[in-house]
Amino acid sequence: MQVTVTVNDTEYTREVEPRLLLIHFLRDELGLTGSHWGCDTSNCGACVVWLDGTPVKSCTVLAVMADGRAVRTVEGLERGGQLDPVQQGFMECHGLQCGFCTPGMMMTARWLLDRNPDPTEAEIREAISGQICRCTGYENIVRSVRWAAGHSAPEATEATEVTA
Amino acid sequence: MMPGMQVPSHVEYERATSLEHALTLLAGPDARALAGGHSLIPMMKLRLAAPELLVDINGLTELSFIRLDGDELRIGALTRHADLLGSAVAGEYFPILTDAERVIADPVVRNWGTIGGSLCQADPSEDLPAAFAALRATVVIRGAGGVRTVPVREFHVGPYETVVGPGELLTEVRVPVLPRSSSAHLKVHRRAGDWPVAAAGAVLRLGGPAAAPVVEAAGIGLTAVGAPHFVAAEAEEFLRGRPADEESFAAAGAIAADHCRPVADQRGPEDYKRHLAAELTARALRQAAARALGEA
Repeated sequence: MQVTVTVNDTEYTREVEPRLLLIHFLRDELGLTGSHWGCDTSNCGACVVWLDGTPVKSCTVLAVMADGRAVRTVEGLERGGQLDPVQQGFMECHGLQCGFCTPGMMMTARWLLDRNPDPTEAEIREAISGQICRCTGYENIVRSVRWAAGHSAPEATEATEVTA
Repeated sequence: MMPGMQVPSHVEYERATSLEHALTLLAGPDARALAGGHSLIPMMKLRLAAPELLVDINGLTELSFIRLDGDELRIGALTRHADLLGSAVAGEYFPILTDAERVIADPVVRNWGTIGGSLCQADPSEDLPAAFAALRATVVIRGAGGVRTVPVREFHVGPYETVVGPGELLTEVRVPVLPRSSSAHLKVHRRAGDWPVAAAGAVLRLGGPAAAPVVEAAGIGLTAVGAPHFVAAEAEEFLRGRPADEESFAAAGAIAADHCRPVADQRGPEDYKRHLAAELTARALRQAAARALGEA
Protein backbone atom coordinates (compact mmCIF):
# COMPACT_ATOMS: atom_id res chain seq x y z
CA MET A 1 0.00 0.00 0.00
CA GLN A 2 1.03 3.59 -0.52
CA VAL A 3 2.26 5.63 2.43
CA THR A 4 3.30 9.23 2.74
CA VAL A 5 5.52 10.05 5.67
CA THR A 6 7.15 13.37 6.47
CA VAL A 7 10.68 12.62 7.63
CA ASN A 8 12.79 15.50 8.89
CA ASP A 9 10.46 17.97 7.16
CA THR A 10 10.63 16.19 3.80
CA GLU A 11 7.61 14.31 2.48
CA TYR A 12 8.25 10.83 1.08
CA THR A 13 5.72 8.63 -0.70
CA ARG A 14 6.47 4.95 -1.15
CA GLU A 15 4.71 1.68 -1.91
CA VAL A 16 5.26 -0.69 1.03
CA GLU A 17 4.04 -3.97 2.43
CA PRO A 18 2.02 -3.51 5.64
CA ARG A 19 4.45 -5.77 7.49
CA LEU A 20 7.43 -3.50 6.79
CA LEU A 21 8.86 -2.06 10.00
CA LEU A 22 9.42 1.68 10.27
CA ILE A 23 13.15 1.19 10.92
CA HIS A 24 13.52 -0.70 7.63
CA PHE A 25 11.42 1.89 5.81
CA LEU A 26 13.76 4.63 7.01
CA ARG A 27 16.96 2.72 6.30
CA ASP A 28 16.16 0.66 3.22
CA GLU A 29 13.49 2.71 1.44
CA LEU A 30 14.70 6.22 2.27
CA GLY A 31 18.41 5.54 2.75
CA LEU A 32 18.38 7.25 6.14
CA THR A 33 20.80 4.89 7.83
CA GLY A 34 21.46 7.07 10.86
CA SER A 35 18.85 5.19 12.87
CA HIS A 36 20.23 1.78 13.73
CA TRP A 37 18.53 -1.58 13.62
CA GLY A 38 19.67 -3.37 16.75
CA CYS A 39 17.94 -6.02 18.81
CA ASP A 40 14.69 -6.03 16.80
CA THR A 41 12.83 -6.74 20.07
CA SER A 42 12.25 -3.19 21.40
CA ASN A 43 14.87 -3.69 24.10
CA CYS A 44 17.99 -1.86 22.92
CA GLY A 45 16.68 1.49 21.69
CA ALA A 46 19.20 1.93 18.86
CA CYS A 47 16.20 2.49 16.54
CA VAL A 48 14.55 5.31 18.53
CA VAL A 49 13.04 8.02 16.32
CA TRP A 50 10.29 10.53 16.98
CA LEU A 51 6.81 9.78 15.68
CA ASP A 52 4.64 12.90 15.76
CA GLY A 53 7.06 14.38 18.27
CA THR A 54 7.32 11.40 20.61
CA PRO A 55 10.23 8.94 20.82
CA VAL A 56 9.30 5.40 19.75
CA LYS A 57 11.25 2.25 19.03
CA SER A 58 10.91 2.04 15.28
CA CYS A 59 11.58 -1.72 15.17
CA THR A 60 8.18 -2.12 16.82
CA VAL A 61 6.20 0.27 14.64
CA LEU A 62 4.98 -0.59 11.15
CA ALA A 63 5.77 1.88 8.39
CA VAL A 64 2.07 2.00 7.51
CA MET A 65 1.32 3.23 11.04
CA ALA A 66 3.42 6.30 10.21
CA ASP A 67 1.36 7.13 7.11
CA GLY A 68 0.38 10.79 7.29
CA ARG A 69 2.54 11.34 10.35
CA ALA A 70 5.83 13.14 10.96
CA VAL A 71 9.05 11.31 11.79
CA ARG A 72 12.25 12.89 13.06
CA THR A 73 15.45 10.90 12.91
CA VAL A 74 18.99 11.59 14.04
CA GLU A 75 19.64 13.13 10.60
CA GLY A 76 17.10 15.79 11.57
CA LEU A 77 18.88 16.89 14.73
CA GLU A 78 21.25 19.23 12.94
CA ARG A 79 19.62 22.52 11.96
CA GLY A 80 20.95 24.91 9.35
CA GLY A 81 24.42 23.39 9.44
CA GLN A 82 24.58 23.69 13.22
CA LEU A 83 24.89 20.57 15.31
CA ASP A 84 22.27 20.16 17.99
CA PRO A 85 23.80 20.75 21.45
CA VAL A 86 23.15 17.06 22.15
CA GLN A 87 25.36 16.10 19.20
CA GLN A 88 27.94 18.63 20.32
CA GLY A 89 27.78 17.23 23.86
CA PHE A 90 28.43 13.68 22.67
CA MET A 91 31.52 15.02 20.86
CA GLU A 92 32.76 17.10 23.78
CA CYS A 93 32.25 14.45 26.43
CA HIS A 94 33.20 11.33 24.48
CA GLY A 95 29.58 10.12 24.62
CA LEU A 96 30.18 7.36 22.13
CA GLN A 97 32.64 4.57 21.59
CA CYS A 98 31.38 2.23 18.85
CA GLY A 99 28.49 4.62 18.14
CA PHE A 100 25.82 2.00 17.62
CA CYS A 101 23.47 3.19 20.38
CA THR A 102 24.24 6.88 19.74
CA PRO A 103 21.38 7.86 17.37
CA GLY A 104 18.76 6.46 19.73
CA MET A 105 20.44 7.95 22.77
CA MET A 106 20.57 11.37 21.14
CA MET A 107 16.92 11.33 20.04
CA THR A 108 15.78 10.46 23.54
CA ALA A 109 18.14 13.04 25.04
CA ARG A 110 16.81 15.82 22.80
CA TRP A 111 13.24 14.92 23.77
CA LEU A 112 14.13 14.90 27.46
CA LEU A 113 15.81 18.30 27.24
CA ASP A 114 12.87 19.79 25.35
CA ARG A 115 10.67 18.86 28.32
CA ASN A 116 13.16 19.21 31.11
CA PRO A 117 15.96 21.63 30.17
CA ASP A 118 17.95 20.97 33.35
CA PRO A 119 17.61 17.28 34.16
CA THR A 120 19.41 15.65 37.06
CA GLU A 121 21.72 12.73 36.45
CA ALA A 122 18.99 10.42 37.80
CA GLU A 123 16.43 11.86 35.38
CA ILE A 124 18.80 11.33 32.46
CA ARG A 125 19.43 7.74 33.51
CA GLU A 126 15.69 7.13 33.81
CA ALA A 127 15.06 8.65 30.37
CA ILE A 128 17.60 6.36 28.66
CA SER A 129 16.75 3.30 30.75
CA GLY A 130 15.19 1.63 27.72
CA GLN A 131 18.38 1.97 25.73
CA ILE A 132 21.46 -0.17 25.87
CA CYS A 133 25.07 0.86 25.29
CA ARG A 134 27.01 -2.33 24.82
CA CYS A 135 30.26 -0.44 25.27
CA THR A 136 28.80 0.38 28.73
CA GLY A 137 29.64 4.02 28.14
CA TYR A 138 26.77 5.30 30.24
CA GLU A 139 28.85 7.65 32.40
CA ASN A 140 29.93 9.67 29.40
CA ILE A 141 26.49 9.53 27.80
CA VAL A 142 25.02 11.09 30.93
CA ARG A 143 27.81 13.69 30.94
CA SER A 144 27.11 14.46 27.29
CA VAL A 145 23.44 15.10 27.99
CA ARG A 146 24.37 17.28 30.97
CA TRP A 147 26.73 19.20 28.68
CA ALA A 148 23.87 19.73 26.22
CA ALA A 149 21.63 20.93 29.07
CA GLY A 150 24.13 23.70 29.71
CA HIS A 151 24.18 24.70 26.06
CA SER A 152 20.83 25.67 24.58
CA ALA A 153 19.81 25.63 20.92
CA PRO A 154 22.28 27.02 18.34
CA GLU A 155 20.78 30.56 18.14
CA ALA A 156 20.92 31.00 21.90
CA THR A 157 24.46 29.64 22.04
CA GLU A 158 25.64 32.28 19.57
CA ALA A 159 23.96 35.03 21.56
CA THR A 160 25.65 33.84 24.74
CA GLU A 161 29.03 33.88 23.05
CA VAL A 162 28.53 37.44 21.86
CA THR A 163 27.66 38.76 25.29
CA ALA A 164 30.29 36.70 27.12
CA MET B 1 18.20 -7.79 5.42
CA MET B 2 20.01 -10.37 7.48
CA PRO B 3 19.12 -14.04 7.21
CA GLY B 4 17.31 -15.22 10.30
CA MET B 5 15.76 -11.87 11.08
CA GLN B 6 12.30 -11.83 12.47
CA VAL B 7 9.71 -10.85 9.89
CA PRO B 8 5.96 -10.87 10.40
CA SER B 9 4.03 -12.96 7.89
CA HIS B 10 2.00 -11.29 5.19
CA VAL B 11 -0.81 -9.17 6.61
CA GLU B 12 -3.39 -6.68 5.42
CA TYR B 13 -3.79 -3.29 7.10
CA GLU B 14 -6.76 -0.99 7.55
CA ARG B 15 -7.06 2.19 9.53
CA ALA B 16 -10.26 2.47 11.55
CA THR B 17 -11.89 5.86 11.11
CA SER B 18 -14.53 5.38 13.82
CA LEU B 19 -15.35 2.90 16.55
CA GLU B 20 -18.14 1.45 14.39
CA HIS B 21 -15.71 1.09 11.50
CA ALA B 22 -13.24 -0.68 13.79
CA LEU B 23 -15.89 -3.11 15.01
CA THR B 24 -16.97 -3.88 11.43
CA LEU B 25 -13.37 -4.55 10.39
CA LEU B 26 -12.68 -6.63 13.51
CA ALA B 27 -15.64 -8.86 12.68
CA GLY B 28 -13.78 -10.07 9.59
CA PRO B 29 -11.82 -13.33 9.58
CA ASP B 30 -8.71 -13.33 11.75
CA ALA B 31 -8.60 -9.57 12.32
CA ARG B 32 -6.65 -8.07 15.21
CA ALA B 33 -6.78 -4.61 16.70
CA LEU B 34 -3.48 -2.75 16.46
CA ALA B 35 -2.86 0.05 18.96
CA GLY B 36 0.67 0.58 20.29
CA GLY B 37 1.66 -2.75 18.78
CA HIS B 38 4.32 -3.30 21.41
CA SER B 39 2.98 -6.73 22.26
CA LEU B 40 1.35 -7.68 18.96
CA ILE B 41 4.21 -6.77 16.59
CA PRO B 42 6.81 -8.79 18.56
CA MET B 43 4.35 -11.71 18.58
CA MET B 44 3.95 -11.34 14.81
CA LYS B 45 7.72 -11.28 14.30
CA LEU B 46 7.98 -14.54 16.21
CA ARG B 47 5.04 -15.88 14.16
CA LEU B 48 3.20 -16.56 17.39
CA ALA B 49 0.54 -14.30 15.92
CA ALA B 50 -0.27 -14.19 12.22
CA PRO B 51 -3.49 -12.23 11.75
CA GLU B 52 -4.87 -11.71 8.27
CA LEU B 53 -5.88 -8.14 8.98
CA LEU B 54 -4.54 -5.47 11.30
CA VAL B 55 -7.09 -2.86 12.30
CA ASP B 56 -5.16 0.25 13.32
CA ILE B 57 -7.18 2.01 16.04
CA ASN B 58 -4.61 4.71 16.81
CA GLY B 59 -6.82 7.32 15.16
CA LEU B 60 -9.71 6.68 17.58
CA THR B 61 -8.75 9.46 19.95
CA GLU B 62 -12.12 9.14 21.71
CA LEU B 63 -10.64 6.01 23.31
CA SER B 64 -7.80 7.97 24.91
CA PHE B 65 -8.87 9.59 28.18
CA ILE B 66 -8.49 9.46 31.95
CA ARG B 67 -11.31 11.06 33.91
CA LEU B 68 -13.13 10.88 37.17
CA ASP B 69 -16.82 10.20 36.60
CA GLY B 70 -18.91 9.97 39.77
CA ASP B 71 -17.36 7.26 41.94
CA GLU B 72 -15.30 5.73 39.12
CA LEU B 73 -12.06 6.52 37.38
CA ARG B 74 -12.50 5.82 33.67
CA ILE B 75 -9.46 5.04 31.54
CA GLY B 76 -9.79 4.73 27.77
CA ALA B 77 -8.22 1.63 26.23
CA LEU B 78 -6.05 3.70 23.88
CA THR B 79 -4.49 5.65 26.76
CA ARG B 80 -0.71 5.35 26.56
CA HIS B 81 1.25 4.05 29.54
CA ALA B 82 3.07 7.39 29.74
CA ASP B 83 -0.25 9.22 30.08
CA LEU B 84 -1.43 6.98 32.91
CA LEU B 85 1.95 7.38 34.63
CA GLY B 86 1.68 11.15 34.33
CA SER B 87 -1.97 11.38 35.37
CA ALA B 88 -2.44 13.40 38.55
CA VAL B 89 -5.96 12.11 39.12
CA ALA B 90 -4.91 8.47 38.72
CA GLY B 91 -1.98 9.05 41.08
CA GLU B 92 -4.15 10.72 43.68
CA TYR B 93 -6.81 8.02 43.86
CA PHE B 94 -4.87 4.96 42.76
CA PRO B 95 -1.15 5.18 43.51
CA ILE B 96 -0.96 1.47 42.62
CA LEU B 97 -1.34 2.51 38.97
CA THR B 98 1.48 5.05 39.19
CA ASP B 99 3.68 2.51 41.00
CA ALA B 100 2.99 -0.09 38.32
CA GLU B 101 3.43 2.23 35.36
CA ARG B 102 6.77 3.45 36.65
CA VAL B 103 8.19 -0.07 36.26
CA ILE B 104 6.39 -1.20 33.10
CA ALA B 105 8.83 -1.59 30.21
CA ASP B 106 10.81 1.65 29.72
CA PRO B 107 9.99 5.30 29.03
CA VAL B 108 10.14 5.01 25.24
CA VAL B 109 7.94 1.90 25.14
CA ARG B 110 5.52 3.60 27.54
CA ASN B 111 5.14 6.46 25.04
CA TRP B 112 3.40 4.21 22.58
CA GLY B 113 2.16 1.08 24.36
CA THR B 114 -1.45 1.27 25.56
CA ILE B 115 -3.44 0.27 28.63
CA GLY B 116 -5.93 -1.72 26.57
CA GLY B 117 -3.15 -3.48 24.71
CA SER B 118 -1.49 -4.54 27.94
CA LEU B 119 -4.72 -6.00 29.29
CA CYS B 120 -5.60 -7.75 26.03
CA GLN B 121 -2.14 -9.22 25.61
CA ALA B 122 -2.90 -11.14 28.84
CA ASP B 123 0.75 -11.92 29.39
CA PRO B 124 0.93 -13.89 32.64
CA SER B 125 3.81 -11.63 33.74
CA GLU B 126 2.20 -8.29 32.91
CA ASP B 127 1.86 -5.75 35.75
CA LEU B 128 -1.39 -4.01 34.82
CA PRO B 129 -3.68 -7.05 34.98
CA ALA B 130 -2.55 -7.59 38.57
CA ALA B 131 -2.98 -3.92 39.47
CA PHE B 132 -6.46 -3.71 37.96
CA ALA B 133 -7.40 -7.06 39.54
CA ALA B 134 -6.35 -5.72 42.95
CA LEU B 135 -8.53 -2.66 42.28
CA ARG B 136 -11.50 -4.84 41.23
CA ALA B 137 -11.80 -2.83 38.03
CA THR B 138 -14.32 -3.60 35.34
CA VAL B 139 -13.66 -3.45 31.63
CA VAL B 140 -15.99 -2.29 28.88
CA ILE B 141 -16.11 -4.36 25.71
CA ARG B 142 -17.90 -3.20 22.61
CA GLY B 143 -19.11 -5.26 19.70
CA ALA B 144 -21.68 -5.07 16.93
CA GLY B 145 -24.21 -6.46 19.39
CA GLY B 146 -23.67 -3.66 21.88
CA VAL B 147 -21.72 -3.05 25.06
CA ARG B 148 -20.89 -5.41 27.89
CA THR B 149 -18.97 -4.88 31.09
CA VAL B 150 -16.85 -7.62 32.60
CA PRO B 151 -15.08 -7.67 35.98
CA VAL B 152 -11.38 -7.64 35.23
CA ARG B 153 -11.08 -10.73 37.44
CA GLU B 154 -13.12 -12.59 34.81
CA PHE B 155 -11.45 -10.92 31.82
CA HIS B 156 -8.32 -13.08 31.65
CA VAL B 157 -9.21 -16.69 31.04
CA GLY B 158 -5.67 -18.01 30.65
CA PRO B 159 -2.20 -17.06 29.44
CA TYR B 160 -2.62 -14.76 26.42
CA GLU B 161 -6.38 -15.32 26.48
CA THR B 162 -9.20 -12.94 27.30
CA VAL B 163 -12.98 -12.96 26.92
CA VAL B 164 -12.80 -10.46 24.06
CA GLY B 165 -14.37 -12.24 21.09
CA PRO B 166 -14.13 -11.76 17.33
CA GLY B 167 -15.61 -8.44 16.30
CA GLU B 168 -15.18 -7.03 19.79
CA LEU B 169 -12.91 -4.33 21.18
CA LEU B 170 -11.91 -3.46 24.72
CA THR B 171 -12.69 0.24 24.97
CA GLU B 172 -12.37 1.24 28.61
CA VAL B 173 -11.35 0.30 32.14
CA ARG B 174 -13.36 1.54 35.10
CA VAL B 175 -11.97 1.60 38.61
CA PRO B 176 -14.21 2.15 41.64
CA VAL B 177 -13.15 4.95 43.99
CA LEU B 178 -13.37 3.79 47.60
CA PRO B 179 -13.31 6.04 50.65
CA ARG B 180 -10.48 5.65 53.19
CA SER B 181 -8.49 3.42 50.93
CA SER B 182 -5.17 3.37 49.20
CA SER B 183 -2.95 1.08 47.24
CA ALA B 184 0.58 0.16 46.18
CA HIS B 185 2.41 -2.01 43.65
CA LEU B 186 5.88 -3.48 44.07
CA LYS B 187 7.94 -5.38 41.58
CA VAL B 188 11.28 -7.17 41.53
CA HIS B 189 12.91 -7.32 38.13
CA ARG B 190 16.39 -8.15 36.97
CA ARG B 191 17.01 -4.95 35.04
CA ALA B 192 15.18 -1.83 33.89
CA GLY B 193 12.43 -2.66 31.45
CA ASP B 194 12.32 -6.38 32.11
CA TRP B 195 9.29 -8.41 33.04
CA PRO B 196 8.98 -9.03 36.76
CA VAL B 197 10.49 -11.98 38.55
CA ALA B 198 7.41 -11.37 40.67
CA ALA B 199 5.21 -8.39 41.47
CA ALA B 200 2.39 -7.72 43.90
CA GLY B 201 -0.23 -5.01 44.16
CA ALA B 202 -2.42 -4.29 47.17
CA VAL B 203 -5.53 -2.21 47.73
CA LEU B 204 -6.80 -1.68 51.27
CA ARG B 205 -9.98 -0.13 52.53
CA LEU B 206 -9.64 0.58 56.22
CA GLY B 207 -12.21 1.01 58.99
CA GLY B 208 -12.11 1.28 62.76
CA PRO B 209 -10.35 3.93 64.82
CA ALA B 210 -7.27 5.64 63.38
CA ALA B 211 -5.16 4.29 66.24
CA ALA B 212 -6.21 0.70 65.54
CA PRO B 213 -7.36 0.46 61.92
CA VAL B 214 -9.09 -2.64 60.67
CA VAL B 215 -9.15 -4.04 57.14
CA GLU B 216 -12.65 -3.67 55.73
CA ALA B 217 -11.69 -4.95 52.32
CA ALA B 218 -8.47 -5.99 50.63
CA GLY B 219 -7.53 -6.51 47.01
CA ILE B 220 -4.31 -8.33 46.20
CA GLY B 221 -2.99 -8.79 42.69
CA LEU B 222 -0.02 -10.99 41.84
CA THR B 223 1.76 -11.37 38.55
CA ALA B 224 4.40 -13.73 37.14
CA VAL B 225 3.76 -16.30 39.87
CA GLY B 226 0.84 -18.26 38.43
CA ALA B 227 -1.91 -16.74 40.57
CA PRO B 228 -5.33 -17.58 39.09
CA HIS B 229 -6.75 -14.46 37.40
CA PHE B 230 -3.79 -12.53 38.90
CA VAL B 231 -5.55 -12.61 42.30
CA ALA B 232 -4.54 -13.82 45.78
CA ALA B 233 -8.13 -14.54 46.81
CA GLU B 234 -7.36 -16.54 49.97
CA ALA B 235 -5.13 -13.80 51.34
CA GLU B 236 -7.81 -11.19 50.63
CA GLU B 237 -10.38 -13.29 52.48
CA PHE B 238 -7.99 -13.79 55.41
CA LEU B 239 -7.46 -10.05 55.84
CA ARG B 240 -11.09 -9.02 55.98
CA GLY B 241 -11.90 -7.75 59.49
CA ARG B 242 -8.37 -8.21 60.80
CA PRO B 243 -6.22 -5.45 62.28
CA ALA B 244 -4.30 -3.55 59.59
CA ASP B 245 -0.97 -4.40 61.17
CA GLU B 246 2.33 -6.03 60.43
CA GLU B 247 1.26 -9.43 61.72
CA SER B 248 -1.79 -9.57 59.45
CA PHE B 249 0.18 -8.41 56.43
CA ALA B 250 2.95 -10.97 56.92
CA ALA B 251 0.38 -13.73 57.34
CA ALA B 252 -1.47 -12.59 54.23
CA GLY B 253 1.80 -12.66 52.30
CA ALA B 254 2.45 -16.24 53.42
CA ILE B 255 -1.05 -17.27 52.36
CA ALA B 256 -0.64 -15.58 48.97
CA ALA B 257 2.65 -17.43 48.46
CA ASP B 258 1.08 -20.76 49.43
CA HIS B 259 -1.69 -20.42 46.89
CA CYS B 260 0.25 -19.23 43.85
CA ARG B 261 1.94 -21.54 41.38
CA PRO B 262 5.20 -20.04 40.16
CA VAL B 263 7.21 -21.83 37.50
CA ALA B 264 10.99 -21.87 37.40
CA ASP B 265 12.45 -20.07 34.39
CA GLN B 266 15.38 -17.86 33.44
CA ARG B 267 14.11 -15.23 35.87
CA GLY B 268 14.41 -17.45 38.90
CA PRO B 269 13.60 -20.74 40.63
CA GLU B 270 10.19 -21.55 42.04
CA ASP B 271 11.10 -21.14 45.73
CA TYR B 272 12.59 -17.70 45.12
CA LYS B 273 9.47 -16.54 43.30
CA ARG B 274 7.30 -17.89 46.09
CA HIS B 275 9.45 -16.02 48.60
CA LEU B 276 9.01 -12.84 46.57
CA ALA B 277 5.24 -13.36 46.38
CA ALA B 278 5.07 -13.44 50.19
CA GLU B 279 7.44 -10.56 50.77
CA LEU B 280 6.10 -8.26 48.05
CA THR B 281 2.50 -8.89 49.13
CA ALA B 282 3.33 -7.96 52.73
CA ARG B 283 5.26 -4.87 51.66
CA ALA B 284 2.55 -3.71 49.25
CA LEU B 285 -0.07 -4.12 52.00
CA ARG B 286 2.11 -2.20 54.43
CA GLN B 287 2.59 0.64 51.96
CA ALA B 288 -1.10 0.74 51.00
CA ALA B 289 -2.05 0.96 54.70
CA ALA B 290 0.46 3.72 55.35
CA ARG B 291 -0.89 5.69 52.40
CA ALA B 292 -4.51 5.14 53.46
CA LEU B 293 -3.64 6.48 56.90
CA GLY B 294 -1.83 9.45 55.42
CA GLU B 295 1.54 8.28 56.72
CA ALA B 296 3.16 7.91 53.33
